[in-house]
Amino acid sequence: MTTGTPPLRPSATFPPETIHEIQRAAAEGIYEIRGFGTKRRLPSFDDLVLLGASISRYPLEGYRERCATDVVIGSRFAKKPLHLKIPITIAGMSFGALSATAKTALGRAATAMGTSTTTGDGGMTDEERAASETLVYQVLPSRYGLNPNDLRRADAIEVVVGQGAKPGGGGMLLGQKITERVAGMRRLPAGIDQRSACRHPDWTGPDDLAIKIQELREITDWEKPIYVKVAAARPRYDVQLSVKSGADAIVLDGMQGGTGATQDVFIEHVGIPTLPALREAVEALQELDMHRKVPLIISGGIRSGADVAKALAMGADAVSIGSAALVALDCNRPIHLADYAALGTAPGYCHHCQTGRCPVGIATQDPALEARLDVEAAARRVRNYLSTMVLEAQTLARACGKSHLHNLEPEDLAALTIEAAAMAGVPLAGTGWIPGR
Amino acid sequence: MITVDLDATEVRELNHRLHHLPADTNERLWRVVNPRGKHALLAGLDRPVAVTIEGHVGYYCAGMNQEAEVIIDGHAGVGVAENIMSGTVRVRGNASQAAAASGQGGLVVIEGDASARCGISMKGVDIVVGGSVGHMSAFMAQTGRLVVCGDAGADLGDSLYEAAIYVQGAVAGLGADCEEQPMTDADRAAVADLLARAGLPGDPARFRRYGSARRLYHFHVDHADQY
Repeated sequence: MTTGTPPLRPSATFPPETIHEIQRAAAEGIYEIRGFGTKRRLPSFDDLVLLGASISRYPLEGYRERCATDVVIGSRFAKKPLHLKIPITIAGMSFGALSATAKTALGRAATAMGTSTTTGDGGMTDEERAASETLVYQVLPSRYGLNPNDLRRADAIEVVVGQGAKPGGGGMLLGQKITERVAGMRRLPAGIDQRSACRHPDWTGPDDLAIKIQELREITDWEKPIYVKVAAARPRYDVQLSVKSGADAIVLDGMQGGTGATQDVFIEHVGIPTLPALREAVEALQELDMHRKVPLIISGGIRSGADVAKALAMGADAVSIGSAALVALDCNRPIHLADYAALGTAPGYCHHCQTGRCPVGIATQDPALEARLDVEAAARRVRNYLSTMVLEAQTLARACGKSHLHNLEPEDLAALTIEAAAMAGVPLAGTGWIPGR
Repeated sequence: MITVDLDATEVRELNHRLHHLPADTNERLWRVVNPRGKHALLAGLDRPVAVTIEGHVGYYCAGMNQEAEVIIDGHAGVGVAENIMSGTVRVRGNASQAAAASGQGGLVVIEGDASARCGISMKGVDIVVGGSVGHMSAFMAQTGRLVVCGDAGADLGDSLYEAAIYVQGAVAGLGADCEEQPMTDADRAAVADLLARAGLPGDPARFRRYGSARRLYHFHVDHADQY
């Protein structure tokens, strides 16, 4: 005999958020545009573990024995390659999407740690150049703010083909973030939505790209390392074509990579996760005998020293962080709660970069909001965070017996799930099994 | 006049030499022979020098030019004068795709025809084409002026921002958000001035003006069928 009210049965196909989205779409007739990155669960570095040393391997002494962290990027063709002290760089994020204060804080933190930061769509600001000892200058399809003087005052150049949050997509900086200064840098009217193109205006395909890179080298007298940044969709092809095109380094951005404003359907459904993308990229370089000759910088969902160690063990030469650096700045910190509520969100859930109403003053051009970010304190937080990541990665590397982070190798890894084993190309823990091999 | 023979000199050597001229240099007149379609010739010049290339050039000739006056006495490959900042680049023959792409200033003159996407993403450059332009010219053009003495291909000015397009001949079709607009006295004066600076014949009274209807400046779902 049954008693009482039966428990409510949620639908796995139509959970509350799906019902809400359908009804929102029905009311508004347009897709959702938002910032941040993927929110769904994806196979990631969390699905891997490092195999610390024991009898068959010899660990290094923590706090005593050296574990080096430096990396050289750009020695393939450039006269002046970069020598970074740590293998963690700050990814490209535009002035426009971010406030000048946030960009300055990122530059100061990177400088303090001996690493690079990167411009973004919209060009280079004087503040960012002054704050960043090592600055990578992006050449994007929109060409907003692009000019030869900034190419020459950059330390490296990054030709952006794609972004992990939206492979094959361009961008849209919504009008509410287009102040007079942003508009002036981009040569567009203030206040209108600014489309960032999905294709470069003057080249298509790898043969053209090679000539484009040649032109950039000529303009900069072959001094600057030239990176090619691709989104993770078909990394095997893209990495090999980037090498063929003459890149000094390759930046590969997995689908967990963040964005300032993109369609939610794009963020969640296009591209492949960082984990399998990295394995494919490393294999692609190995096939060309270019692994460790053309540095591979992986990005998209890197959050900790563990992620760094695992990425390097899989074969990356460095990682790049974007969203995580913003979180260290203050993104999603539980302060100014009323302003989160006004956006219809809450700390920990906010992805409203596109609105320009960032409660913590990072993704905004509003002077009052921007003033909430104390640049010195913010730079210190990012520096602390980078330092922590390095210490974590070193700790794990020493435990694996490595005197340099780059000595980590796939043999130091095991996977916790079959999916991760297949995607990362490392054995499922407790077995010697790599699915597909 | 200094003559550089590219059968005997590398492009890299020529470009480097031009980049490192002193600001007060007297070496202001240059002649380049035997270009043979080489790429990135004269890329990144930033001095007020005058350089004439005798022959055809490859991709990105005079890319990102500043201050220099470049004459290409031949045809030009893809992306001639791309992202030009200032100065003048003149092509005596025809230009391939994406001529003056994303140009931010200066003047680009193509005495012959220009292929597809001439003036794509232009950001302030003035372009005068003596012949016709191919399809998708002035795609996403932001500011600046494109003067076409001949005809324009399909989808002219697609997704145009604030650039002005003047065409003397026939237009095969307009792109999204591009519309014909009245020619004002100021427009006729602008065309006359640009033709005079380009040294090309043309009757300003015969030109028609095309500009942005500004319907797509703010994304709205009601306009979705126009993309």
